[in-house]
Amino acid sequence: MFDVSDNVQKINLINRRLFLITAAKILVFIGITSRLFSLQVKQNNKYLTLSDKNRIREWKLHPVRGEFKDYFGNVIAGNNEVYQLHVIPEQVEDFRYIALRLKNILNLSEKEFQKILKRKREIKSWETIVVSDNLSWEQFSKVNNYLHDLVGVKTVLSISRIYPFKENYTHVLGYVSQANEKDIMNNENIKEKFVPGIRVGKTGLEKTFENTLLGENDIQRFEVNAYGRKISQLEYQRGEKGKTLRLTIDTEVQKLANELLKDQAGSICVMDIYTGHVIAMHSSPSFDPNLFVFGISKDDWQLIRNDPMKPLVNKTLQGNYSPGSTIKPIVALSALENGIINTKFTVNCRGHKHPLELYGQTYHCWKKEGHGFMNLRNAMKQSCDIYFYEIARKLGVDKLSETAKKFGLGKEVFGDLFSIEKKGLIPNTQWKKNALGQGWLLGETIITGIGQGYIQTTPIQLCLMTAHIANGGHRIYPKIVVDDENNADPIDKFIPLYSDPKNIKIVQDAMFASTNEVRGTSYKSRIDNKKYQFAGKTGTAQVKKITEKDRELDLKTFEIPYEERDHALYIAYGPYKNPRYATSIIIEHGGSGSSTAAPMAKKIFKLVIDRHNLRQSINEKKYLDV
Amino acid sequence: MLQSKFSHSLTLFQKIKNYDFVLLMSIFILGVISIFTMYSTDGGEILFHTKSHFIKFVIFFPMMIILSFINIKYWHAGGYLFYLIILGLLVWVSLYGVKASGSRRWIDLYFLNLQPSELMKIAVILCLAKFFHRIRTSNTNAFSSILISLTIIIVPTILVITQPDLGTSILISFSGLIILWFSGLKIKYFVYSFLIFITSLPFVISFLKPYQKLRILTFFDPEKDPLGSGYQIIQSKIAVGSGGLTGKGFLKGTQSYLDFLPEKHTDFIFTLFSEEFGFIGSMVLLILYTIIIYRIIHTGLISRSFFSRLFCFGFSFAIFLYVATNMSMVLGLLPIVGSPLPVMSYGGSSLLATMIGFSIVLSASIDHNQNIS
Repeated sequence: MFDVSDNVQKINLINRRLFLITAAKILVFIGITSRLFSLQVKQNNKYLTLSDKNRIREWKLHPVRGEFKDYFGNVIAGNNEVYQLHVIPEQVEDFRYIALRLKNILNLSEKEFQKILKRKREIKSWETIVVSDNLSWEQFSKVNNYLHDLVGVKTVLSISRIYPFKENYTHVLGYVSQANEKDIMNNENIKEKFVPGIRVGKTGLEKTFENTLLGENDIQRFEVNAYGRKISQLEYQRGEKGKTLRLTIDTEVQKLANELLKDQAGSICVMDIYTGHVIAMHSSPSFDPNLFVFGISKDDWQLIRNDPMKPLVNKTLQGNYSPGSTIKPIVALSALENGIINTKFTVNCRGHKHPLELYGQTYHCWKKEGHGFMNLRNAMKQSCDIYFYEIARKLGVDKLSETAKKFGLGKEVFGDLFSIEKKGLIPNTQWKKNALGQGWLLGETIITGIGQGYIQTTPIQLCLMTAHIANGGHRIYPKIVVDDENNADPIDKFIPLYSDPKNIKIVQDAMFASTNEVRGTSYKSRIDNKKYQFAGKTGTAQVKKITEKDRELDLKTFEIPYEERDHALYIAYGPYKNPRYATSIIIEHGGSGSSTAAPMAKKIFKLVIDRHNLRQSINEKKYLDV
Repeated sequence: MLQSKFSHSLTLFQKIKNYDFVLLMSIFILGVISIFTMYSTDGGEILFHTKSHFIKFVIFFPMMIILSFINIKYWHAGGYLFYLIILGLLVWVSLYGVKASGSRRWIDLYFLNLQPSELMKIAVILCLAKFFHRIRTSNTNAFSSILISLTIIIVPTILVITQPDLGTSILISFSGLIILWFSGLKIKYFVYSFLIFITSLPFVISFLKPYQKLRILTFFDPEKDPLGSGYQIIQSKIAVGSGGLTGKGFLKGTQSYLDFLPEKHTDFIFTLFSEEFGFIGSMVLLILYTIIIYRIIHTGLISRSFFSRLFCFGFSFAIFLYVATNMSMVLGLLPIVGSPLPVMSYGGSSLLATMIGFSIVLSASIDHNQNIS
């Protein structure tokens, strides 16, 4: 049975084959080793990064928005602590029950209730549902009362925008509201810092300075597991609050402007004639921007949208108005500058019976009885239309438009600062040919001389124009944000706008007469105290053409339907002896400039000049700090 | 002298003197490592897997030592019977087995869900070693012996494929084929069958189940579906790669701790180990397996009986095959086929089978001078 030779043969064979197999095994193990080496040693960094990417998730938190302050450092758009109500479904035993409880406690509508249930289905159980992002104090205390049996519900302190002066600053600052798709698409910065529910500027300076204000997100780094559940916080990276911007506006003056325009549509702006600082800029009616922060309700929105006085329009910047007689200082100045007239030039105004006639058209003065013989000073003082028809005819529209443009009309006052700002329109022959394809008519020149016809200006332009006249014809660049590095003054600042400074003096004197001398159109609104004394020019812009019938009826303002009433305008600067501030006032359908607009100027100059020293002291303090 | 050498009964002292303590210690160290690794898969707590694995190791390791004192001739004598019992269990499983995640593999034994296919990996080696023990070299390549040996391999393979469990069936057939190789089957047969296999591969693939095809496609390009079929292998590579030279530290493997690793208790346990202990740890583990394989071969080489020799060589190859397949799989060198890492992976049947295999080897080393007639 025992076969030695076969056994030996067998063993030799098996050993030979073992050798082959062992060699193969060694090769395979070397292969595995080198694979391990390549993964773990050579490509370690790559896989370490991938592993961190797996486990580390970043959560961006709401960045804290920069504030707005007025010139004196009062917060005019700040951050307010609000209470939010969060629910984490995972911690709730019976979600429907809790949701129903909250519905009762917070008085939620059925729609909001369904929204919460829907949200719960969409998210993972450990994620947060924000039931309310702004609990009223009443709701907050009510929830806190029941908190012991609302497991999984918690109140969270958060930060939101608040505008303490409500409607006062709406048209300057604009408002913030929840970012929509368009905001995100149009602004890379918002896209980068986006967190659900982030508020971004929708209009005004809030929008213009979005990138400055936005701030940096706080970033939380969490370790998460494969299902996305947070396991532990690894790092909390503090963001940076957005930059706080200081405006040139004085809240007290701004508030006064709001008060003066109460229940009326119109605009008031006040400007420092040397620095170009906008002291006040208000458009009425306004609305409460706080309504938009948490999403405006349908009713509120309809109320604002359908208001016939158009609160959504920033009349200071967007309102294109015929300047009416407020253009007369520029017409006079242009005529003087171009040597068309001198102070002695006289025109006889003979009343409605003898209007100016040109090619069959008649041009009336506003005064039925006529002014009689008028020189420049008297014509400006009493706002005689016949006189200005005459000098406009002699001057020509092209020369007039040149002067008007130089003094700040016909282009945006703030440049790119407000996207909504209108250019107005200073017509000339070339413009009409290009825009309308027609030749300029002499009659159009004549009505341009009293600020009617094609000519259109915004209130802020009129204010700038007045400031240019008041400061003796030096170009200024209006500012609303202090230290806005993007908006440095250009170098042509010191090039005078006049050819002869005497001409400006003449116009200033005429404006003085208009306010402070008997028979001046705004004589009633004068202040005799030299400290507050101001010079101005009234304007009454026709909304519709005056027919012969209207002239005969000669109705009082309150007898005319609202939409057909004239716009009342007033431009002024003061104090006359040592001018510092300019203002422009417009009241839509307010009747005549002398009766409605000019009295407002009186109150404004009183306040602005009273606050002058305080304003100066802020500047000095700034230098002392350095 | 001669007498004692051929004596069938050794004294206890002689038995202990012959005992392969290197192998025993290596297995023990591996077991300890596996318990600690299991502890880590449970997230640093003593939970179900740790407890269960610990208990199984504590039972099976002494059992292995006890079984190793059974004379090798009884293993030889019971070879066919063992095979037939397991085969019977396989048939029983295919009819009445416990079904889990789509396949019918287990017998519920209350304390253990027995997976006969794992035991078959050993049984097929044992059976074929016995079969070829008696056959003369000249008869190895006879038609009848080839037919019988192939039947021994193919029957369980088919039974396991139908469970379905492709990974285990491949390992069973390879464990069987390696015995054929050692017993002297002509190399040309291997070459021919390899060529036939290659040419028939396209047809074989067309018979695969969709999920199996997907695994093969995923192997070639895991990035194609990183969250679906490619997820396992991508996450596994990230875990291994991020371990670096020295690893992230015990209980600090983020990939496994944060549940990014799938199947971390079983097939992917090496990934976790490698993440926490790095390249150096992996090398230690690989060297441990190499020592075990070497010691088994060594036992085969010193064995007088052809049966012991065949079994040891076959079993050493099987161990090598499990280790190589498992590691290659988790390192992205092979498609994902279910194959556990011996001793390390969670799974009682696999541990039991491996331990039985070790006890036969230990028994062969005790009785290495004994011939089996």
